Amino acid sequence: MFVPCGESAPDLAGFTLLMPAVSVGNVGQLAMDLIISTLNMSKIGYFYTDCLVPMVGNNPYATTEGNSTELSINAEVYSLPSRKLVALQLRSIFIKPFCEKLLSWVKSSGCARVIVLSSSHSYQRNDLQLRSTPFRYLLTPSMQKSVQNKIKSLNWEEMEKSRCIPEIDDSEFCIRIPGGGITKTLYDESCSKEIQMAVLLKFVSEGDNIPDALGLVEYLNEWLQILKPLSDDPTVSASRWKIPSSWRLLFGSGLPPALF
Amino acid sequence: MAATFFGEVVKAPCRAGTEDEEEEEEGRRETPEDREVRLQLARKREVRLLRRQTKTSLEVSLLEKYPCSKFIIAIGNNAVAFLSSFVMNSGVWEEVGCAKLWNEWCRTTDTTHLSSTEAFCVFYHLKSNPSVFGSCPRKNMQITILTCRHVTDYKTSESTGSLPSPFLRALKTQNFKDSACCPLLEQPNIVHDLPAAGVLSYCQVWKIPAILYLCYTDVMKLDLITVEAFKPILSTRSLKGLVKNIPQSTEILKKLMTTNEIQSNIYT
Repeated sequence: MFVPCGESAPDLAGFTLLMPAVSVGNVGQLAMDLIISTLNMSKIGYFYTDCLVPMVGNNPYATTEGNSTELSINAEVYSLPSRKLVALQLRSIFIKPFCEKLLSWVKSSGCARVIVLSSSHSYQRNDLQLRSTPFRYLLTPSMQKSVQNKIKSLNWEEMEKSRCIPEIDDSEFCIRIPGGGITKTLYDESCSKEIQMAVLLKFVSEGDNIPDALGLVEYLNEWLQILKPLSDDPTVSASRWKIPSSWRLLFGSGLPPALF
Repeated sequence: MAATFFGEVVKAPCRAGTEDEEEEEEGRRETPEDREVRLQLARKREVRLLRRQTKTSLEVSLLEKYPCSKFIIAIGNNAVAFLSSFVMNSGVWEEVGCAKLWNEWCRTTDTTHLSSTEAFCVFYHLKSNPSVFGSCPRKNMQITILTCRHVTDYKTSESTGSLPSPFLRALKTQNFKDSACCPLLEQPNIVHDLPAAGVLSYCQVWKIPAILYLCYTDVMKLDLITVEAFKPILSTRSLKGLVKNIPQSTEILKKLMTTNEIQSNIYT
């Protein structure tokens, strides 16, 4: 359930909700960190649920001594009212079904649309996908009605259908998102509940997924224009997204000097 | 998928956790018998709160029956040893309830006749002092949690081998206004130890003042040096006044260690 930080629940009518799916390489979650950190979004509440493994730590977006001691938990909601953006960040894995609870909050909050940032196993691509851009999008029917023209103008690739059972040649075709966690379920449920939802994903492998996250936020930015459009200079792109302080030591502590 | 050094392709563990797609399909194939088994298992795994050493359940919540202003939780053998020797040794503490649970990891299969030694959590209240687990209203409740983690969990730019373990770190909720007796846990470190993180998350969300003292140690079994690392907490407002006799407590702690050591020696 959503619990506001302040006394009353904020008004999110007409806002765009950005959220990650816990998926391969944690790319959606890394992308959310970049968005919240760069836009300096303020925390407006918690999504208190027993569906996620509990976890606590000090402010992952700390920039100074002063703001470094605010406690953060596994599911928090941030907002940027000037851009009508609200962001849900998830920091641990699911242990119980979560989609229904999440979507009922989305409906009750009054958010106009949801954009899910996700990823899918790159090794599951077919030949055509291997040769094209690694980014894909999916829109629910109600979302298609409102943004189809904009998406068309961006020349984006829609997620292709593939065999439901890959090993069987005459199996039906359907949307599959291997490694996408709850992405497919969220998409299917939103279709049936007529929620305006878009899924933006990248084909990735596990490893250092920071470049993948930067790629995914740039992909999102082509549509939402959160930051000014990219210039032709590729060296500018990575530096305009603010890396949060919690990304330090992503691959462990320092090495013992005795090793050398 | 990943190719190993020897060329065979193996399924690499995915940081995203379990593949939810497969679980969803299994759910759809559940028969009425499967559902009945699953519900029975869920009932067996429920956490039960019991009154003192009897098997009767508590009718009202523990905090309604014994409202308190200070709630101290110790998780793990070193934290529990510290609390038993230093805090609970001063004054008379009475057991008021315990929490029992069962899941597939427990070694016993009998869920209805668990002995008191198998309770996973025992609640005590201080008979003489009304401010601890006493009659003050819940609104002023402050929670202190003590637990340990292995030092290799601590992320630092130095090597963990060079850290002066055991050492303390703290995490506090927004409404906890007092200062901690040690540095706060630096980014990017987190706590995902189930009881501690769960309690602290609850307190942060529901605006209850709470502080978690985390001891990073390289000895996870019961160890004198690790337990003594919690000593600075005795001077904080959370535990002040609860500890009367430190030298005596240290003696009790030494006895606790010796008993444990003898038990663990397979040659005697």
